[in-house]
Amino acid sequence: MTMIFGVPLMVFMGQLMLGLINGAFYALLSLGLAVIFGLLKIVNFAHGAMYMLGAFATLLGFQYLGLNYWVALLLVPLVVGGLGMVIERLILRRIAHLDHLYGLLLTFGLALIFEGTLINFFGVSGSSYPTPAALQGGMNLGFMFLPTYRAWVLVAALVVCLGTWFVIERTRLGAYLRAGTENPALMQAFGVNVPQLITLTYGFGVALAAFAGVLAAPLYPVSPTMGSSLLIVVFAVVVIGGMGSILGAVITGLAMGLIEGLTKVYYPEAANTVIFLVMILVLLLRPAGLFGKEA
Amino acid sequence: MTFNSMTFNRKTLASSIALAAATLMASGAQAQMSDDEVRIGYLADMSGTYRDLAGPGGLEALEMAVEDFGGEVNGAPIEVFSADDRNSADVGANTVREWFDTRNVDLVAGLVASSVTIAATKVIEENDGLGIVSGSAASSITNEHCTPNHIHWVYDTYPLANGTAKAVVEQGGDTWFMLTADYAFGHALEGDVTKVVEENGGEIVGTIRHPFPTSDFSSYILQAQGSGAKIVGLANAGADTVNAITTASQFGLTQSGQQLAGLLIFLNDVHAMGLEDTQNLLLTTGWYWDMDDQAREWADRYFERVGKRPTMVQAGIYSSTMHYLETVAEAGTDDPETVRAAMAERPVEDFFSRNGYIREDGRMVHDMYLARVKTPEESTGEWDLYEILATIPAEEAYRPLSESQCDLVNN
Repeated sequence: MTMIFGVPLMVFMGQLMLGLINGAFYALLSLGLAVIFGLLKIVNFAHGAMYMLGAFATLLGFQYLGLNYWVALLLVPLVVGGLGMVIERLILRRIAHLDHLYGLLLTFGLALIFEGTLINFFGVSGSSYPTPAALQGGMNLGFMFLPTYRAWVLVAALVVCLGTWFVIERTRLGAYLRAGTENPALMQAFGVNVPQLITLTYGFGVALAAFAGVLAAPLYPVSPTMGSSLLIVVFAVVVIGGMGSILGAVITGLAMGLIEGLTKVYYPEAANTVIFLVMILVLLLRPAGLFGKEA
Repeated sequence: MTFNSMTFNRKTLASSIALAAATLMASGAQAQMSDDEVRIGYLADMSGTYRDLAGPGGLEALEMAVEDFGGEVNGAPIEVFSADDRNSADVGANTVREWFDTRNVDLVAGLVASSVTIAATKVIEENDGLGIVSGSAASSITNEHCTPNHIHWVYDTYPLANGTAKAVVEQGGDTWFMLTADYAFGHALEGDVTKVVEENGGEIVGTIRHPFPTSDFSSYILQAQGSGAKIVGLANAGADTVNAITTASQFGLTQSGQQLAGLLIFLNDVHAMGLEDTQNLLLTTGWYWDMDDQAREWADRYFERVGKRPTMVQAGIYSSTMHYLETVAEAGTDDPETVRAAMAERPVEDFFSRNGYIREDGRMVHDMYLARVKTPEESTGEWDLYEILATIPAEEAYRPLSESQCDLVNN
């Protein structure tokens, strides 16, 4: 292995691969944010907390109910998405007519409540979740040792991202959604239940975050603070991609993963900053984001 | 009539004085306690990264010590209050200042994040109070940042580097790749480790300074694998260390013949990661709950109250509080200067500390231990995590006074 890694091109390829995997994570999370913002105009600061809840539900389901990974992968996004719908119905709807800032503050407050409650019960050290048996081990790609689970994360995230894009941009349901947010009165006149559509959309965005949480559970220690550290980066990705642009979020997520990955090789000290540098540049040159439409 | 009343008054006066004198004598010891109370303020991270290594569990340990002591010192009740410093030096320093201004705090205990401790001990010094530092890592707390008003109890970066790095090099791990958290604590630890490795004939072949905090270590682990070093040294703490170790395991770092050396790892970290990922990791610790009967006995009592095994920091909080209260009772006063001096005169020998004593720079030196994390097969229970390999004698473990930059030490 050492000799293979000795070749700079190989190191480079290994880092690109890792960057792509991280990028897939960013894409999945920023996709949910972009859907919620693009369609509902809610700046969802609870997104990180929903991601964390997804991972936590996976862990607790395993510890107390014996749910295996594959069941969790299906069930957890449904449960957490359901929680999202309750939140939308009971709380967010009441301030939907106010400025975006109120939604931002409200969701931020919710995130702090979820985080604080779990810290109180579980502490901050977190727990590890075992990698599912079918995805243990790894493969030698020639230029790197790739753990099977990470390859799975890349594939699963990309499939879900593309599926979401397809549903929203290419199907009748997606067309209703887009139209409903563009002109709710007209859609209602056509007999479409717009409030229900909005609740479902928020629930779907939250379910995407929870799905990312399930994917993350075997990779990182599951702890109540795992979402808040990721949230800011994901927001930067959404801003770079253009607030509300679905495809923009996915492509930017992958690209930022790659850029961050290369920074980790050439100048690791800047790895946490590089995305924000890109964000500043983009905001200066294209304030609406790379894929956003100018208002 | 007049005469009579005068006699009576004189008698009354005399008996009043006698009574007053008797009262004073009876409560002689109590009069020496400021406000007739011993007030202990516990300052720690109660909600953030360092919550589990000290936090509410540390407060519980402190309260255990107070209860075991009987809740009062020579008749003066002991009052305990606490605050969350949220790992902010500002919040910590302001809280301590407030404690001095409005609550006449006698002892500031806990003190976890090094940055908070350095700020808080300055306030303690300004107010001529007393602080016992149990959670912090930086050895500078009793070196360039020493004050006559605080004592550093459990461990610091010097024995961590010295104990682990030396043992690893002696076992043949002579080429090191360092993964360092890119801030003051990481740099200090990296410096200490580099010195120890090179002095013992080893070599540092590469260093990466990663941002603090970092959640994804895969890139750095890949680079460490590529370096060909026998040992990957982790000069970081808390969640960063946990993430690095978990990722190393996923990428098969140890299977490919390399070994990890964690330099600051707490029991709660190992418990969180599980033995599968951490097995055979070498580390230095100030105490381990299962190291002997005395330690076990106390840990069992703690377990009954908290439901977890204590970290070395939580055990140290009990030990230091007990040492403080015993000294106050013996000295008959809670005057900080007198107590600080009297504490240093008494050896520290209990379930936590062996061969311990307090030096003039405020460092409580005691035996440290080199431990190895057990394999899943060796472990017999949820908290059966370490095997103690060797004892590092108190005299060798800590920075010698001859190298001290502390103003209190005459060099």
